[in-house]
Amino acid sequence: MKYMLIMRANDEGYAAYDELDFTEIIAAMGAYNESLMKAGVLLAGEGLTDAAEGFVVDFDSTPPVVTDGPYAEAKELFNGFWIIQVSSKEEAAEWAKRCPLGPGTRLEVRRVTELEDFPQDNEWIQKEAGWREELEGKAAGTNS
Amino acid sequence: MTETPSKVGADDANAPPERAGRDDAAERARRTIAAVWRIESARIVATLTRFVGDVGQAEDLAQEALVEALKQWPDEGVPRNPGAWLTAVAKRRAIDGWRRRERLDERYAAMARDLEQQGGEASDTFWDPDTIDDDILRLIFVSCHPVLSREAQIALTLRIVGGLSSDEIARAFLVPTATIQQRIVRAKKTLAAAKVPFEVPEPNEYAERLGSVLSVLYLIFNEGYLPASGEQWVRPDVSAEALRLARVVAGLMPKEPEAQSLVALMEFTASRFAARTARDGTPIPLDEQDRSRWDRAQIARGSAALARADRIGRGRASYGLQAAIAECHAVAPTADETDWARIALLYEALGRLAPSPVVELNRAVAVAMSTGPASALRIVDELAVGGRLAGYAPLPAVRGELLARLGRTDEARAELELAARLTGNERERAALLAKAAALKSSVE
Repeated sequence: MKYMLIMRANDEGYAAYDELDFTEIIAAMGAYNESLMKAGVLLAGEGLTDAAEGFVVDFDSTPPVVTDGPYAEAKELFNGFWIIQVSSKEEAAEWAKRCPLGPGTRLEVRRVTELEDFPQDNEWIQKEAGWREELEGKAAGTNS
Repeated sequence: MTETPSKVGADDANAPPERAGRDDAAERARRTIAAVWRIESARIVATLTRFVGDVGQAEDLAQEALVEALKQWPDEGVPRNPGAWLTAVAKRRAIDGWRRRERLDERYAAMARDLEQQGGEASDTFWDPDTIDDDILRLIFVSCHPVLSREAQIALTLRIVGGLSSDEIARAFLVPTATIQQRIVRAKKTLAAAKVPFEVPEPNEYAERLGSVLSVLYLIFNEGYLPASGEQWVRPDVSAEALRLARVVAGLMPKEPEAQSLVALMEFTASRFAARTARDGTPIPLDEQDRSRWDRAQIARGSAALARADRIGRGRASYGLQAAIAECHAVAPTADETDWARIALLYEALGRLAPSPVVELNRAVAVAMSTGPASALRIVDELAVGGRLAGYAPLPAVRGELLARLGRTDEARAELELAARLTGNERERAALLAKAAALKSSVE
C-alpha cells in the first residue's frame, strides 16, 4: 500500500524555519530522504517553493476566482510531500515520525488510492484511465 | 505514537472499558512494534552479527529483544529510537550469555563497558554510519550463501533482511508456519557449521554470489507474480517485498548494473499487476491486457532504474536485457505498435549470453511480429529438430500459429491439437482447440 506524507506548516513553523540554519535543514532532510531510499520504500517526493510564487483557484463562485499567494487566511500551508510504499498503516506512521520537523509543522498521512479502490465498471473511471494512458503514453513516447 | 489506553477504552461501547482499552492498546502496540521491526530488523541483526560474529545467534538475540519490546512497550510506550533500544537489549542479552558461560575475556569485557557507557537511552547516531551499509550487504550475502538450499536462502532473506515473521513467510509461500521455522533453524545451523564468515565475497567469487542474491530476490518476486500453486493468481504483497529488497540491494551496490536492472525488470512487470487477471481470476495474456490499467508511474520508475544501469556503462547482462524487453512492452500503446524488431534483437542478445531454447522461441515470436511468419518458422523448425523442447506446449502452439498464418492449414491444425494435448492448463487447452476448430471451418 502507498501513503502520502503531506507536510504543512503554520506561522510558528515558518518563523522557526527562518531561525534555523538552512544548510542544517537541507542536511537533515537529505538524511531522511536517504533513509527512505535505502529502505526501498520511497516512490516519489517533492518540496514546494514559497507560497508567494503560487496562487489559489477558488470554486466558491462561478467562474472560479484566481487569487495570487501568499494567502493571509490560510492557517497552514502545504509545502511538500513524499509517497512511500509500505506494508501497513503503522509502518507509514513510523516513517512519518522520523521526519526531521519541528513545532508548527505537521505531516498529514493519507493512503493513496489504487485502481482497486474504485468501481471498475464506472464509465468515467474507465475514461479517466484512458486519458491518463494517452497523456502519459505521449510523454513516454518522447522519452524513448 | 505513545498509546493512551483510557482514551481508546472510552471509545469502545461493547466491552468493559478498561479491559477493552488495554487489549486495544496492546494490539496497537503490537502492530507498531511489527512496523518498527520491519524498518529496523536488518540493521539490528547486521549490527548484532558484527558484535557476536554469527548471523544465527544475532537473529536469536534480536528475536529475544523483540519479545522484550512486546512486554514493555504497550505499557511504557515506544522508545524514541526503537531500533537502538532493541539492539541495546539484544547486546545486553549477549553479554549476559557470555557471563553465564564464563567467556567474559578482555574483548567481551570491553564491549560490555562500551554498552554500559551508552546507557539505556541510545543516541540517534547509534548505527555506525561507516559500517552499517556494509554490514547489511554482508547480511544479504550471508543469507544467500551457497551452502544453503534455495528454499533456505529465500526464507532467511525474507526473515533477516526483510524483517518478515515466519507466519508472514509461510503465508507468502503457502506452506505451514512450522515448515518455515524449521527451514530457518536449519539454515542458521548450516551457516554456523560451515563457519560462513560475515563478509562480502572475494572478487573472484563476487559475480557468482551476486547472481545468487539477485536470483533469490527474483524468485521471491515471481512467487507473488506466478504462483506455482494456490488459488490467487497474483499476490502483490510478496512481489512488493521482493521489489523493496531489490531497491535496498541496488542502493547498496550503485555500481552493479544487474542490481539496478533487476529493479527495472520488477517495476515493469509489477506495473501490469492490475491488468493481469480478469475479475474472475482468469489470467489475461499480455497482448489482450487493458493497457490503461498499467501503472504508468511504476513504468517511469522502471525506465529510471534501467537508465541508471546503463549509465554505469558496463553494458547489459541478463536482467538488463530482460528489463529492456519488458520496457518495450511497457511503453507500447498497443500490442501491434510494439517495437518487435527491437525485442527480437534483445532476445538474440539474451540467447547469446545464455543460450536457451525458451529464449529462442520467444525470439521467434518477436521475429514473426516484426518480419513475418516465414522467417520465424525457420527458427521454430530448428528448435523442433533440436528436440530440446520436446513436450513443451508453447512450441507446437507457436508453430501452429505460424503455419496458420502461412496458410498451411492442415499442419497448423495438427500442431495446435498437439499443443492442446501437452498443456496442463484447462483454459489454454480450450483456447488452442477453438483455434484448431476455427481453421477447419475456414477450409470447408
